[in-house]
Amino acid sequence: MDDPYEILKVPRDAKPDDIRKAYLRLAKKLHPDLNPGDKKSEEQFKQVASAHELLSDPEKRRRFDSGEIDAAGAEAPREKYYRDYAGGAQGSPYESASGYADFMDTDDLLAEMFRQRRRNVRGTDLHYSLAVDFLDAINGATKRINLPDGSSLDVTIPPGVQAEQTLRLRGKGERSPGAGEAGDALVEIAIRPHKFFSRHGDNIHLDLPVTFAEAVLGAEIKAPTPSGAVMLKVPKGSNSGSILRLKGKGAPRREGRGDLLVKLKIMAPTEPNAELETFLATWAPANYDPRREMPS
Amino acid sequence: MILSKHEFVARAGLDYPTLEVWIAEEWLAPSRTTVDLAFSELDLARAKLIRELIDDLGVNAEGVGLVLHLLDQVYGLRRAMADMLKAAHESAKPKAD
Repeated sequence: MDDPYEILKVPRDAKPDDIRKAYLRLAKKLHPDLNPGDKKSEEQFKQVASAHELLSDPEKRRRFDSGEIDAAGAEAPREKYYRDYAGGAQGSPYESASGYADFMDTDDLLAEMFRQRRRNVRGTDLHYSLAVDFLDAINGATKRINLPDGSSLDVTIPPGVQAEQTLRLRGKGERSPGAGEAGDALVEIAIRPHKFFSRHGDNIHLDLPVTFAEAVLGAEIKAPTPSGAVMLKVPKGSNSGSILRLKGKGAPRREGRGDLLVKLKIMAPTEPNAELETFLATWAPANYDPRREMPS
Repeated sequence: MILSKHEFVARAGLDYPTLEVWIAEEWLAPSRTTVDLAFSELDLARAKLIRELIDDLGVNAEGVGLVLHLLDQVYGLRRAMADMLKAAHESAKPKAD
């Protein structure tokens, strides 16, 4: 950066008040948002802002005057300006046509082009968020959002929708101010957790409690799936943590569905049971040490 | 990116009462969701501009509304002019058939 005193056009012994005034005078003229078409103004404004930053701080100014720091140290990175958004390709909802609306009253070629443009302006998109139940997210559903103005919006939840996915409802946003198409409604989906099911990619996990007898002897038991209960064959000699795969009972994907992974969980009886206690006290099978592989 | 009211207030360095005033004055016009206001990065940049108008450029409250109103017209005019130029270029191009 060049000499900050020169940039602000103030003498080296300028009082803080004069520095502030000089900055304000230049900033008003150069602020990029007030000069949306002037590419140079941003660079100049940056210099003026840095110079002011340096000279308005007595400590920094003293160190600069005594040669301890140079002017480059004061340049602060700047986030985007308003004009970077407002001047973007898709336009801004704040934009006003009142600067040229009267041109449209005449009937020459130019006015026709303006009218066309005005007619074609698209309505604004509206954003909503919608929380759906786990099973509705897996199986699909239709939900209604009640809007503050009393109207409502029917949202079709596609089967297999993911959390944070945004559904775009064409033409359900704000109406066009002219005859252009309406904006879209953008609905961000949140999914409420389920008591038993959890989703992992296209697969769904389920912890299924079984009795000792069902695990040891094998059994055919009823297991819930997102699309209704099915009979599940528990093989003989299953254990806690054994995973049984129900193909095609998971979340819908582009082709078919993922799987439902059922993890067995052996549950001992919750009430004390004398019979079981007597049996276990006398039961000592060989080679039965579940902690065999753990370091002792 | 969509910001909630809470995030917006934090990122723009505002307090809630000030935000309420700015919205009431129509300096900011966030979109609304069923439960909250939804702010865009455009709104955030606009809030920064308003702060700079007040804090750095010495514009008072009446002046801010006026400046924004004129700026919105300038941006509207710029886009209209850009569209016109584009349309003019397109109609000047030889048609391919």
